[in-house]
Amino acid sequence: MKRAAYILVRNPLSLTGVILIALVVFGALFADLIAPFPEHRGAVVDFANFNKPPEWPYLFGTDLVGRDLFSRILYAYRISLLLGVVVLAIAVPIGVTIGLVAGYVGGWVEYVLMRITDVFLSIPPLVLAMSMMGLLEPTLTNGMLAVTAMWWPWYTRLVYNLTRSEKEEGYVLAAEVIGASRAHTIFREILPNCVPSIVTKMTLDLGFVILIASSLSFLGLGVQPPTPDLGSMVADGAKYLPDSWWLTVFPGLAILVAVFGFNLLGDALRDILGVDQ
Amino acid sequence: MTGLLSLRNVSKVFTLGQREIRAVDDVSFDVVEGECLAIVGESGSGKSTIANMILGIYPPSMGTIAWRGDVLPARRELRHRRAIQLVQQNPLSSLNPRRSVGASLRLPLDVHGIGDRSHRADRVARLLEEVGLPADFMNRSPAALSGGQRQRVAIARALASESDLVVLDEPTSALDVLVQARVLKLLADLRDKRGLTYVFITHDLSVVRNIADRVAVFEKGCLRELGTTEAIFANPQHAYTRRLIAAVPVVADAEVALRNRLMENDDAAA
Ligand SMILES: Nc1ncnc2c1ncn2[C@@H]1O[C@H](COP(=O)(O)OP(=O)(O)O)[C@@H](O)[C@H]1O
Ligand SMILES: [Mg+2]
Repeated sequence: MKRAAYILVRNPLSLTGVILIALVVFGALFADLIAPFPEHRGAVVDFANFNKPPEWPYLFGTDLVGRDLFSRILYAYRISLLLGVVVLAIAVPIGVTIGLVAGYVGGWVEYVLMRITDVFLSIPPLVLAMSMMGLLEPTLTNGMLAVTAMWWPWYTRLVYNLTRSEKEEGYVLAAEVIGASRAHTIFREILPNCVPSIVTKMTLDLGFVILIASSLSFLGLGVQPPTPDLGSMVADGAKYLPDSWWLTVFPGLAILVAVFGFNLLGDALRDILGVDQ
Repeated sequence: MTGLLSLRNVSKVFTLGQREIRAVDDVSFDVVEGECLAIVGESGSGKSTIANMILGIYPPSMGTIAWRGDVLPARRELRHRRAIQLVQQNPLSSLNPRRSVGASLRLPLDVHGIGDRSHRADRVARLLEEVGLPADFMNRSPAALSGGQRQRVAIARALASESDLVVLDEPTSALDVLVQARVLKLLADLRDKRGLTYVFITHDLSVVRNIADRVAVFEKGCLRELGTTEAIFANPQHAYTRRLIAAVPVVADAEVALRNRLMENDDAAA
């Protein structure tokens, strides 16, 4: 803990990351309390106040049907974070398990698992997600599915490489000599030594998942209206640049803050957990 | 003479791409119950490969290894794993940095179902005391221990399964000289107390002289010479053995006496 505090104080960028993400998470969790117009998350119209530039009480202005952008951004954060957490909650256990097994067991098991992983890795992420979304209904669930499908192989690669080097450590030999099961050696001996790298990558990736999800929504393939989404907000507002600049600038900044914040936080964690890279 | 462990015409060939490495070449010897058999030879002579075959990490390419007269299969039974244990050279690597000392010592107890579940913590405490460490070390991470303390934990782990044979692969060569002497003394005491058999791999002939009953000399994967420690030192038959012995720094009797006195003084501080 002391070490963590020291690293944060000494490195202003790390501290910035912590603060940005704390704000984003706080805003998303307590959107109901913070948002001036919580009902604006849905299909509400208020033509008396449509397309207003930033002015009290509309901190970031209003959209074309008169909804408060600040409120919608808070709710969009909630969806983005949920999306990121769900995607990683599915992708990481799958990717990590495959990487551990391939790296530890070796032989044909390794060959088959890593070739499958390479195939997924060789497809550009957005192309994979878009083709999946083309085949499936463009719903939020399918969006998550598409992003998950392209995310697990990166964890397989990471953990596979870590496992191959951890396997050479004496503690693995020690477990084998004692007669511990493979499951024990993989999940209780090797996995704990991979956790710092995995956690660091997850933090970095939360930002990227949010970015990819926003890109899909931007293309009309992600979260569907009236649910607020940062990507769709940017896309919808882009037609009204530069006059109604607030329609794009604030959602765009919101994406930037989340992605940038998670990146800085990931770097901070890397230092704190002592991950060598 | 059949021993506790018998190797018969054991070879190990590793294939690296096109190349074949004959790491161990047609080796036969017995390990007698209760003895300390030293295996010496320079780095790369196949000592660790022999250790790994004895431990069942991989089977020999040719030949057989027998335990109390039974030939051991490629896939070891749990009772054989339990009987043959290992202390590695580098305790920094052999103890999992992400697991507590207690968790590492408990593993053999859990795997082999030794003692009541509820009494295993007591057993861990007693193991630590047996190797001269305080029982509350079980809650520590290996990183919080000195090199000598870590190696004591590794020794305790090798004893945890109530093993009969302990393979020691250069157990002191990563330690400071003073710590080395204390760990050697601990190993000698434990052998007396528990009636253990040691296969003691080392390239330090002064260690051999202190602890070994017999010595096996290896060179390039071949067993060059095997005999009692006195015989080997008094009358080395093989040219390679003579070179090994000649390379050992000579220690005067006065120095030995001084060292013994110093060791007695700081035994408690170990
Ligand atoms: N797993 C392995 N794969 C390929 N070659 C190996 C392997 N283990 C050992 N060797 C080779 O076998 C020879 C003997 O190694 P080793 O038994 O470790 O010697 P020592 O312990 O006496 O230093 C060396 O040439 C080494 O490179
Ligand atoms: Mg060796």
